[in-house]
Amino acid sequence: MAFWSAILLPLLLCLLLFIGFYSKGDAIAHEPGFMLWLQFAGAILGIMGSLILPMLIVFIAYSVNSIEHKADTWKTLFSLPISKLSVFAAKYFYAFFLVFLCLALFVLFTLGFGNLLGAIKPSLRFTEYHIEGILTKVYFKLFLSSLGILSIQFLLSLLFRDFLKPMGIGFIYTITGVILAGNHWKYAYWFPYSHPMLAIQALLEGSHAKPGPAGMPVIEIDIFSKEIYVSLGIAILVFIAGYFIVLKKSVK
Amino acid sequence: MVISTDNLTFNFGDQTVVKSLSLRVPEGSIYGFLGPNGAGKTTTIKLLMNLLKTQQGSIHIFDLELQSNRVKILSQIGSLIEQPAIYLHMSGRENLLNRALLLQVPESRVEEMLNLVHLTNAAHKKAGQYSLGMKQRLGIALALLSDPKLLILDEPTNGLDPNGIIEIRELLIKLVTKHQKTVFISSHLLGEIERMATHVGIINNGELLFQGSISELQTLSQPLIQVEADNTVDAANLLTRNNYEVTDVTDNYFYVPYTSKKQMGELNALLNKNGYAVYSISKQQKDLEKLFLDITQTA
Repeated sequence: MAFWSAILLPLLLCLLLFIGFYSKGDAIAHEPGFMLWLQFAGAILGIMGSLILPMLIVFIAYSVNSIEHKADTWKTLFSLPISKLSVFAAKYFYAFFLVFLCLALFVLFTLGFGNLLGAIKPSLRFTEYHIEGILTKVYFKLFLSSLGILSIQFLLSLLFRDFLKPMGIGFIYTITGVILAGNHWKYAYWFPYSHPMLAIQALLEGSHAKPGPAGMPVIEIDIFSKEIYVSLGIAILVFIAGYFIVLKKSVK
Repeated sequence: MVISTDNLTFNFGDQTVVKSLSLRVPEGSIYGFLGPNGAGKTTTIKLLMNLLKTQQGSIHIFDLELQSNRVKILSQIGSLIEQPAIYLHMSGRENLLNRALLLQVPESRVEEMLNLVHLTNAAHKKAGQYSLGMKQRLGIALALLSDPKLLILDEPTNGLDPNGIIEIRELLIKLVTKHQKTVFISSHLLGEIERMATHVGIINNGELLFQGSISELQTLSQPLIQVEADNTVDAANLLTRNNYEVTDVTDNYFYVPYTSKKQMGELNALLNKNGYAVYSISKQQKDLEKLFLDITQTA
């Protein structure tokens, strides 16, 4: 379930966007390629940091764990001749992989559908600008910024059987994170649920960059900003803490 | 000893669920772990599987300490705890394949196991559509997949029909006699355990009340003769005068401890000779509850 949602979410969103741009194509035909790409990728990126990414992580972390809760297989997994670290780490890295896959597909589908638009509707000058490098960097930064949340949500979903607790907590923290980052609170970078939003803000500030050679704007993206380090730090700490909780925890 | 525990004690909060349990499970035995619901059977099994942390006492399996040899010990154990844990969105075969992959067991074992528990025809059906008995059989197949030396089964015949129960029983006996396995099986049904176990442990309220071979248990669990007759009180008096011990008298029945078939015939003849009509006479195993009472009273 989590696997297919990680594939379908980017596919459907990009497809919708493709249809939208195709139908209103004449209205934006005069735009330069750079602006087209910015609108096309930005439509998703705009809500990616504040909504899609955190909720996606809540959902993925939940699904990866709930499959064992539902089938009542935790007790089986922990009675197999496999170390507890392997079970815990394997579960975690599967969730990690799903988030990576989903974001990678967002890049792929954005580029794919953008170029497809340029090909079937040449009046839209998508081919004029190459956004591959920037887009990959942005999504990579988003991925890194989401790891703190992933560790927290993963642990919550492992500990709580039901959907409501991790979902509710995740939702409240996400809204808090958006408010903190949206208000440019000085210490927002310490709060993991603000990180995706902060990563997007960095991009928006970058887009005001001066025009580079050949009149094309250049966007500088600093991947390893301080919130990314915080995100990675929290991801590692919570992962280790989670392992010790699993080690001590009795399986009911 | 395959399993030996010493003074194993476990508390849930301030409630003691397992009280200084000292189990002795010899190699090559079918050890019936008997007790009513809530006696602490599943908790004990979870302690044996290291799913619950040992709080007091120690557990040795294959003469190795459990905590420090967890993976080594678990690699020799197949288990089925409570309801079988099965991925309902996968077919029976996929469930087994998935486990085979985790345990690095050759795929051919999967077909063997499906055959063994008669699920070959339903192998491609989603496990969610299985009946309770089929799920139980799949659970047993999963436990047997890695060909473990010790099988720990928690109420494995729950939800099985009589045929299924007999099949499982015969399978377990075969595993022990032909393949030198050891089986630790819990149940709340004395009758079921009596038919296959070589050793028995009886637990109630977390305490081990009896432990020994099945023949030792049988001397404790003396059967009774149940007699249905007219005028049971007078008939019982007659028997008492003739040096029979009458344990219980009700309106329709009275009970005499069973010693032999011959004694049963004599008793019948005596009643007939004295003009009592005997409607039915039968040998009755004491049920578990009575046995518990007996054991706790003698203890």
